[in-house]
Amino acid sequence: MRPSPAVVQRVVVAALWTLAAMTIGVLVFIIIYILAHGLPYLSWGFLTESPESMGRKGGVFPMIVGTLMVAGLAVLIAAPIGVATAIYLTEYTREGKLTAVIRFGADCLSGIPSIIFGLFGFVFFAITLGMGLSVLSGALTLALMVLPTIIRTSEEAIRAVPYAYREVSYGVGSTRWQMVTQVVLRSALPGIGTGVVLSLGRSISETAAVMLTAGSGLQLPHSLLDSSRTLALHFYILSREGISMPNAYATASVLIIAILGLNLLAYWLMRRFVAKVR
Amino acid sequence: MKQDKVISAILLIVALSAISGLALITVFIFKEGLPVILRIGGQQFFLSSKWEPSTGHFGIFSMIVGSMVVTVGAMVIGIIFGLGLAIVLTQFSPPGLAAVIKPTIELLAGIPSVVYGFMGVVTLVPLIREHLGGPGLSVLAASVVLGIMVLPTITSISVDALQAVPRLYFEGSIALGATRWQTTYMVMLKAAKSGIVAAVILGMGRAIGETMAVIMVAGNSLKLPHSILDPVRTLTSNIALEMGYASGDHRQALFATGVTLFVIIMVLNSIALAVSRFRPQRGGVR
Amino acid sequence: MPETKNEAEIQVRGFTARFGGKPALKNLTMDILPRERLAIIGPASSGKTTFLRCLNRLNDLYHGFSHDGQILLHGKDIYEPEVDVAELRRRVGMVYAVPVPLPWTIYDNLVYGLKLAGLRNRTQLEERVEAALKGAFLWDEVKDRLREPAHNLSGGQQQRLCLARVLVLEPEVLILDEPCSGLDPISTHKIEDALDELKARHTIVLVTNNIKQAARSSDRTAFFLMGELIEIGPTPELFTRPINRRTNEYLVGQFG
Repeated sequence: MRPSPAVVQRVVVAALWTLAAMTIGVLVFIIIYILAHGLPYLSWGFLTESPESMGRKGGVFPMIVGTLMVAGLAVLIAAPIGVATAIYLTEYTREGKLTAVIRFGADCLSGIPSIIFGLFGFVFFAITLGMGLSVLSGALTLALMVLPTIIRTSEEAIRAVPYAYREVSYGVGSTRWQMVTQVVLRSALPGIGTGVVLSLGRSISETAAVMLTAGSGLQLPHSLLDSSRTLALHFYILSREGISMPNAYATASVLIIAILGLNLLAYWLMRRFVAKVR
Repeated sequence: MKQDKVISAILLIVALSAISGLALITVFIFKEGLPVILRIGGQQFFLSSKWEPSTGHFGIFSMIVGSMVVTVGAMVIGIIFGLGLAIVLTQFSPPGLAAVIKPTIELLAGIPSVVYGFMGVVTLVPLIREHLGGPGLSVLAASVVLGIMVLPTITSISVDALQAVPRLYFEGSIALGATRWQTTYMVMLKAAKSGIVAAVILGMGRAIGETMAVIMVAGNSLKLPHSILDPVRTLTSNIALEMGYASGDHRQALFATGVTLFVIIMVLNSIALAVSRFRPQRGGVR
Repeated sequence: MPETKNEAEIQVRGFTARFGGKPALKNLTMDILPRERLAIIGPASSGKTTFLRCLNRLNDLYHGFSHDGQILLHGKDIYEPEVDVAELRRRVGMVYAVPVPLPWTIYDNLVYGLKLAGLRNRTQLEERVEAALKGAFLWDEVKDRLREPAHNLSGGQQQRLCLARVLVLEPEVLILDEPCSGLDPISTHKIEDALDELKARHTIVLVTNNIKQAARSSDRTAFFLMGELIEIGPTPELFTRPINRRTNEYLVGQFG
């Protein structure tokens, strides 16, 4: 006897919700596990001291600085380029061959795995351009990696601004650039900000690409050409080499807290954006 | 107006940076990697599973198999959970709950790959070793970890595809007396098919490209895997593990591995883009 | 900034407007007299809105737009290459059919155009804002709420805000595209009263689908049909004794 559709639905829905619960459970489990093991070792000292004996003791201060430098610089480079590209694609040109080519380039770029970016950064920035394993090489490599994301989110944010606003701006005597900066960008800014914040999060998490370009020196970087170890890479080395589990957990905790914070920021920005453009 | 033209030109130059970046990457990777492939010969490079840099043997076949096997496993998990989640979110979830689930998925996507790998090593690998046998560092472990990592991608693109289905289709089906589930699999999924396929293909690209997590849980053995409990090495792991100390031919061979990876992913991404572009033209349920 | 003479005189000579090759206005020739209120009536797609948007060159935004002929503002063709389009749009101010306040405060909406033109002095800005709001019959209702979001206003208030937004630039010509189309009778009345007073200082061109509004709020009326000017004349005469048969058909259809 075939089960009735209503029964089938009940079974399927229960199965689906189970899947959903399992997925959310995994996320919660990961976060709690890391924080539970790491928070006890997370102290102010840990955040401000330098590592000793290869990370067995001491803190992660140089890694925090290194991460901020590499990720921060990457976003600082990629954001203006990405937003400018998005502005060009939406406001300064019509859909056609050129825009299709630019979009194709950006789409392809977004699919390339991080290890390939690492290879490229190593060969191009570190060796050919002579920057060596450094904050700068790492930042430039990461900038290329996050560029497509910034372009895409900026484009969406700009397109969400109602067309009528543009006509109103022209109607009271603005140039195109004035309209773009004072009306469109003003409304699109939270949406663009979300993309930038998410890219920052991605840069902070990234390991494979920085491993090959920013190096793994333990010392505090003083200039852009110094090599530096990021938090994510430090965590990888600590856990894989078995150097210090407590420190590994603590490092991971810093990472997770930073990512959580950034995601919250992105979420809050997104909500402001939706409210503004309504 | 003059000023407008100047600004337009400046923006165009900046916009072309996206293309030039891609072009640069393609050029350099191929420049470094192609010579080795040509010198050793395609058959030897791609079909031999003997990878012994010290004696000059560079065959990546076992790594190609490794990448493929791990990816297939990851997709099984990724599709079941990712698509399932997308269906729950769009078809069966009250809006309040959806607003909670969505950020959770985005959060999942934000966790660093090294943390995923680490969690795999600390919880999953021992579990496999004790209950299923083998070293624990295995195809299975890598598939599970990767599956979890790619499911946010599959979920978010599938959600977009499902939400793009005209509400009329849904209402029409319900009006004919179908249950929500019947509507989902008979109408909604079919209508969103090309978007979902694109989601899966993009997820595949992500899985193949993942490096750090795989290194930590897959075992990195150079032997061809015979069961899912065997350790395995992927193309990405190969590059990451040996790049640090490779030189000369060895380094070129790693670039050649990169070339292989690059081509595979470009092909996958092009298919995904082509499939997802079909969506607006088609329009029909079929 | 133009002096507050507000003398305007627009001459349209053999003007044809095309979008992607298809003509929307055909060989238009007419005069718009200083400080008159000209109503433009006609069925849908007769080119009324297109004509308005040619007066402030808003149609330039469309990629397939091309034109023949001339539109002269004070004797100078507004389509000449050296013309500062932004300046033109300050002199010919447009109010749209749907009120579109920018997502800012009332004050910011009003001073945006002034700031674009370079006016920075706080006192002057506030004076112009007050004068414009009074001209739009909105001052009393919002004078204590200038820093509130413009979106909080009602539909009728928003439209008067949009009117004030162009008034603040002290334009010579006001062009309005069915400004009362979404509004209730009271708001409509307020806007018509405002236009009554504004006539003293501005030339007004009003596109309307509402025949009664045209009848009571204009000095002359022009009838457009399928992109052509069919007839133009003093409002009372056009309505009671139209010269052209088609004008009569339209009017009778509207009233009947």
